[in-house]
Parts: sequence; C-alpha cells; structure tokens
Amino acid sequence: MSMESEARSRQTRRAWALSAPALFLLFLAAAGPLMIVLVYSFLLPGKYGNVEWGFSLDGWRGILYTRDIFDGTLKLADAHLTIFWRSVKLSLLTTIITFAVGFPTAWFIATRAPKARALWLFLITIPFWTNLLIRTFAINEVLRNEGIINTVLTRAGLIDAPIRMINTDFAVLVGMAYVYLPLMVLPLFAAIDRFDMRLLEAGYDLYASRLAVLRRVILPIVKPGIVAGSILVFVPSLGAYVTPRVLGGGKNMMIGNFIELQFGQGRNWPLGAALSMALLMIVMVALLVYVRAATKGSNPHG
Amino acid sequence: MADRNFSATRIPGFAAIAIAAFVILYLPIFTLVIYAFNAGQSIAVWEGVSLHWFARAWDNEAVKSATLRSLVIAVSASAIATSVATMAALGTTRRPNFRGQTFIYVMINQPLMVPEIVTAVALLIFFGVVKQATGYQGLGYLILAHTAFCIPFAYLPIRARLEGMDLSLETAAADLYASDWQTFRYVTLPLLFPGIIAGAMLAFVISLDDVVITEFVKAGGQDTLPTYMLGQMRRAITPEVNAISTGLLALTVVLLTAFFLLTRKKG
Repeated sequence: MSMESEARSRQTRRAWALSAPALFLLFLAAAGPLMIVLVYSFLLPGKYGNVEWGFSLDGWRGILYTRDIFDGTLKLADAHLTIFWRSVKLSLLTTIITFAVGFPTAWFIATRAPKARALWLFLITIPFWTNLLIRTFAINEVLRNEGIINTVLTRAGLIDAPIRMINTDFAVLVGMAYVYLPLMVLPLFAAIDRFDMRLLEAGYDLYASRLAVLRRVILPIVKPGIVAGSILVFVPSLGAYVTPRVLGGGKNMMIGNFIELQFGQGRNWPLGAALSMALLMIVMVALLVYVRAATKGSNPHG
Repeated sequence: MADRNFSATRIPGFAAIAIAAFVILYLPIFTLVIYAFNAGQSIAVWEGVSLHWFARAWDNEAVKSATLRSLVIAVSASAIATSVATMAALGTTRRPNFRGQTFIYVMINQPLMVPEIVTAVALLIFFGVVKQATGYQGLGYLILAHTAFCIPFAYLPIRARLEGMDLSLETAAADLYASDWQTFRYVTLPLLFPGIIAGAMLAFVISLDDVVITEFVKAGGQDTLPTYMLGQMRRAITPEVNAISTGLLALTVVLLTAFFLLTRKKG
C-alpha cells in the first residue's frame, strides 16, 4: 500500500513539475494581473489617469450611479445604463440570430455523406479561425455608405441617397452575428453528429409530425450543444470590442468600448477596473450555467 | 411510405438556410479579396485588375515593420507556448487523477474563458507598473502576453494526440532498459510530433490575429499588422487594407489546411 501511494505522490509531483512553466507564464500574464485589476477597482482615480492609493468604493458605485456636479447627490447614470442595455440586447439578439441560422446549417452539415461532410465542416472552420478584424472589415465594406449594398442599390436606381447603416446598432448586430456564427455552428454540429438518426424514423413510424419530431426528439437531445453554442456566442458578444468599434463608431459603444474609454479619455481607472470585474463575474456565471448543463447532458439516457 | 423521396433526416427549408449561411459567410470575404486587386481608389467601385495595392502595401515602411513585428511576436510566442504546453500535456495526461488536476486545467484554459478586453486592461495596468519599475520598453511584454493566451491553443491538440496514444510502446521501451530520457526522445516525442506541430500552428495563427490585447499592451511605435489595420480603418480606407487582409487570409488558410491534414484521423 505504501509503495503504491508513494508511486502516486511521485506521479503527482511529476505532473506539477511538468506543468509548472506553463502555470508560471499563465499566472504572470493572464491570471495574476486580474488580481491587480480587482485591487485597482477599490482605489481612487488619479487626476491624469492611473490611480491614487486610498480605499474607495466610488469605482463600483460608478458603474450604476453618477454624482451630480452641482449638489453632489448620487443618481442613476442613464448613459451607463444605455450602454449596458445595448450590450445585453445586442448580445442576446446575436445569440438568437446565430441560433436561427446556425441550427439549420449544423443540421445540414451533419446529415451530409461523410466525405462531403468533412468539406462543409472545413468551410465553416475557415471563417472560425480567420482574423476577426478582417471579417469585421469585410462586413464594414458591405454596409458602408459607399459600400457594396448602397453602390448596388444606387446603380440599380432603387435609391437616391445611400441608406445609412454604418455606425448604428443594426450594423453592430449584423457584424456580431456574422463573426460569431461559426461559434454557434460548431458545438451544434458536434451535438447533432452524435444524435442517432434512427430515433427520427422511430418518431415518424409512430405518426409524429415533423414539428413534433423536431420539438420532442431532436431539440431535447441536442440541448447541450444549444447551451454550448449560446454561451460561446453570448460571452464574446458581451465583451466585444473590435466589432462595435469598427461598425458602431464612437456613439454606439458596448461594455468593452466603455471600459477602454475609462483608461483613455475618461481617465477613471477604478471605474474601468470595476467594470472589467463586473463583466468577468457575469461571464463566470454564464460559464457555470454551461458547465452544469454540459455535465447534465453527458449522462447517457437511453 | 407514400412519399418516395421521404428522408427522415431532411427538414424542409434547412438546406436552403444552410446554403444561404455559407454564401453570406463567404461573400464579404471574397469581395474583400477581389477589391484588393482593384486598380482604382475605391473599395466598392471596380476599375480593373491591378496589383497596385499589393505593391503599395509592400513598399509601405509602416506595413513592413508591422509585418516583421507580427512575425517576431508570433514565432516567439508560439515557440514558447508550444514548449511549455507540451510539458504540461505530458504531465497531465495518461495518468490517474491527481490532486490539483482541476486547478491545472482551469489555469491552462483560463485565457479561453476570460473576456479579452478584461485581460487586456489587466495587462495594461500590470505592465505599466513593471515598465515604471524596470524602465524596459521592448517587445518582451507583447511576447509574454501572446505566449500566455497561446498556451491553451497549443495545449489542446497536443493533449488530444497524447490521449490517443496508449502507454504500451513506452512500457516496451522501458522493459528494454531504455532510460526515461531515451524513451521520451525516441518513442514518445516522434509519436507526439504531429500534435506538437498542430498546436504550434494554432498558437501561431492565434498570435498573428490578435487585436485587443496587443492594442492595449503595445507601446508607441509597436504596431502589429492587425493593430495597424485597426488604426487605418479610422481613416479613409483604400484597397491597401484589402491587400494586407488578403495576405493575412492566405497565410491563415495555408496554415489551417496543413493543420487539418496533420490532425486528420486516419482509417
């Protein structure tokens, strides 16, 4: 027994020793600095950016409230709430749109013959790995005032003046749905791919309609994939920075741009730090939901 | 069945939506690539084929230095990340559960879970403090930051490869009196090699594409190709940006194709 436990603890030491360099680098340039952000969120803002050492809850309070310049009373910060609401609204809409388009797409790929399936899958993976900035830029060229849609419509004589789409919430939504679609398709495909298609025939043999089969057989079984895809789209949408910056312009900020503003012109580092921590907490809750749903789904039922 | 074409797996409308999705996914990218070859100034009005914008980008000192910087960072970061990820994968796979296993997994995958903007802000603050303390202003910060977020991308394919290898060959080598090092060098490493290359390529692509963290960490004059492009987008856009994008796209597609060929399951 003691020899076995000694071998075991040697194995454990080895695992840690081999992982140590990776853990050190990750602590240094990923996990560790997050703790500094947490500390900074409780400090006072410096006059020209940075912080002054002194405990304060103003950073956290500043997320929702703003102090009146004249009488110093706290009131709800409407501008902040508008940004949060826009972030949540656009992220939810992005998730819904990518699901509505992504589910049929994933289904289509999963029901191809094996050879064709690999090709379709490869076609969805290329955009997945392609630079997000390039894809955002590509959508930008489609939507701009001098962009493809407006040029085509003008030349066809359908419109006199270009339709203004860029620098609107609509442009940000289209852009996010476009860049995050592969993140929805891939987990949905993985779930559908494991699905036993004979269950469909069983359903139809028992006189179920197509809609009934979709609702009662397919959706419950691919639910873990739906949850995974939704989280994978919702989380980066909520923290999006590049897409709203390029397509939304300065006015249609989302949380990510709002955070950057605090470290730039806003010069309120504690508020920026508190906003970052708040965003991180929301994302962690979403991930916990995902882990619980995923582990539930992996139980073999039948 | 009365309907001879009835197929249980077919759902009406799904194929149409899927095809439309693929068209929408690729059309903007194709357009972007095509207009990189436009002779005119515009990114929407076609004026004939030309390599003018590629030449312009090639002759642009800012583009040249940004490209070089991107490559230096991506090569360094992916090399370091792949080395430490290989060690971590060897440490954490093919062994019974051990204390702290979950902690190590969470730490390694942490960059995939934390929103990039939050890490970017954290590094801006942390490196600001370090810069003030040490006075060092070089590329090291960018390389370190890129290394950290590349680690999970290098780790995952290596680990997948290791999990598909059983221990019998290594056990056989040990039975034949090979030392631990010899077993690793002549048995484990050659078998693991495709996984390592795959991991390195993913890490390279991820580093090359990064915008957000680079934008926050870089000092003045340390633009990479993506942050240079982001800066250009605020100004009047010429097809030069299309030309740069096309170059980056081509590189990504080549690397990904190689990645898929390497990791393709045989059989």
